[in-house]
Amino acid sequence: MTLDLSLNQKSEKNLPAKTDKSGFVFQNMKGKLTKVALGAIFPVFLLLAWHVGVIVSETRLIPLPSQVAVMMWDFAFGGVYDDAFSASLPVHFWVSIQRVYGGFFLAVAIAVPLGLMIGRFRFLQTMLDPTLSLLRPVPVTAWLPLSMIFFGLGPKSAIFLVFLGAFYPILLNTIFGVKSVDNKLFESAAMLGCKGSQLFRSVVLPAATPQIFNGLRLGLGFAWILIVVGEMTGVPEGLGAVIMDGRTLSRTDLVITGMIIIGITGFVSDRLIVLLNNYLLKWSPQHHA
Amino acid sequence: MPNTSQSGKSSSGLPILSISNLDKTFHSKTGDVKALHDINLNVRKGEFICLLGASGCGKSTLLRIIGGFETLTSGSAQIYGSDIKEPGPDRGVVFQDYALFPWLSVADNIAFGPKHRGVSKAETKAITEKYMEMVGLTQFANQYPNTLSGGMKQRVAIARVLANDADILLMDEPFAALDALTRAKLQDELLEIWEKTNLTVIFVTHSVEEAVILSDRIVVMGAGPGHIDTDLALDLTRPRDPSSIEFNDLRRHVGSQLRSHIVQQNNKKVSVHV
Repeated sequence: MTLDLSLNQKSEKNLPAKTDKSGFVFQNMKGKLTKVALGAIFPVFLLLAWHVGVIVSETRLIPLPSQVAVMMWDFAFGGVYDDAFSASLPVHFWVSIQRVYGGFFLAVAIAVPLGLMIGRFRFLQTMLDPTLSLLRPVPVTAWLPLSMIFFGLGPKSAIFLVFLGAFYPILLNTIFGVKSVDNKLFESAAMLGCKGSQLFRSVVLPAATPQIFNGLRLGLGFAWILIVVGEMTGVPEGLGAVIMDGRTLSRTDLVITGMIIIGITGFVSDRLIVLLNNYLLKWSPQHHA
Repeated sequence: MPNTSQSGKSSSGLPILSISNLDKTFHSKTGDVKALHDINLNVRKGEFICLLGASGCGKSTLLRIIGGFETLTSGSAQIYGSDIKEPGPDRGVVFQDYALFPWLSVADNIAFGPKHRGVSKAETKAITEKYMEMVGLTQFANQYPNTLSGGMKQRVAIARVLANDADILLMDEPFAALDALTRAKLQDELLEIWEKTNLTVIFVTHSVEEAVILSDRIVVMGAGPGHIDTDLALDLTRPRDPSSIEFNDLRRHVGSQLRSHIVQQNNKKVSVHV
């Protein structure tokens, strides 16, 4: 009882979370600018170091940042090199987005319901845990040959690999989320007359949402990582395919361009999930990312 | 052990809740623990009963059995003449740590019961507003539980079982985590609600004063294994004044009952160790 009490007090104390983690309070426009400037220091430093590094070492294998910028411009809008890659960004970008989100949403559609059930029903866990634990350590890249046999050379294979990569983080976090739901909430629901399948929608899902979102963020991160692997499977289009082409043609400016675009897109994807997370979890400021 | 002495008041009238020869044993890897032994208790409609005892006397276990969260080992526990098998909306539970749904606003927490029992939207809204007003939380309707103080959370917890048409209110040390001022205020409010609504209340506490302020009847429980020792009817007019002579006489009397059990428990403990 005393333990409960102290826990309650502790969580109540932590609640007014208007300051960010470092203790700064960013409220006005000036504060926001300071935040952006702070975040930009390190990338700018990296660009400088890259530039200086290339010049000092006199390497021909790595382009200067400015050369990559030109490549990015040409890749996006054309008019500089006018080769096979000029102005082809929209096409590659769009097919990669489709594959990443296709695989990701497939993983969400299967892993979240499955995780909710496994977390809730012990017999399901006993039944499935050995299989899932056995398959989990297998690197997604090791599935590449089999996935090419299953799905052929093409986008289906890429979607399958993205799905595999996103599946486990979402599943495991969902199971963990369900298992960490305070039993009192189930008792509350039961004594208020909520039972059976209603429990999933009204208690299990909302209570596990913070952990499910952890899983979604991790899963989407892995999805972007795996798109390059997925698009090694001989597809002609996609950001991963562009990087592979760049490698074959020894065009490091193209490789780096692809890397940067994947990085930015992955970052924006993550921000979108965080926005959704903060909206759905407005009841719990400590779960805001 | 002295046998259960039912007070005159409770033996008359039809009991809403009736417990007879109830035993509860918890099974664990380290061995069986007998938590409750030979519990006999009849509760009439509209009574306000306190289960009073020190930690470990099984008062919360008894409440959880009535709530349907625990099964009994032998004997019977019946509500309206049928065995208690599972939790149900007829027995509203107020937990010490509130157990509100943190993702629902105050209004939605209160509406949870009616909504899940298929009450129409318009009616649910009316019920919610009624009970929100009764516990004085109308202006906090859209706030989430984590923005409320402990006292306000417990008001929501009470309102949500009232909104669900509970006949019996089972309260497990509901005010133990609150500061003294908030506790006194909530005790007053609870009594006010009880008088207004014709509820039956079974209230678990370890505070003699709280039991004497609130109840019609105090069931004093002892430990090792948990049993009912004394069943006292309180004939004290309401509202009760904790500074009056009568109140303090009663408090002393109930306190002495309780203390005698704690001493017994300690002796037993010693004998076990020796």
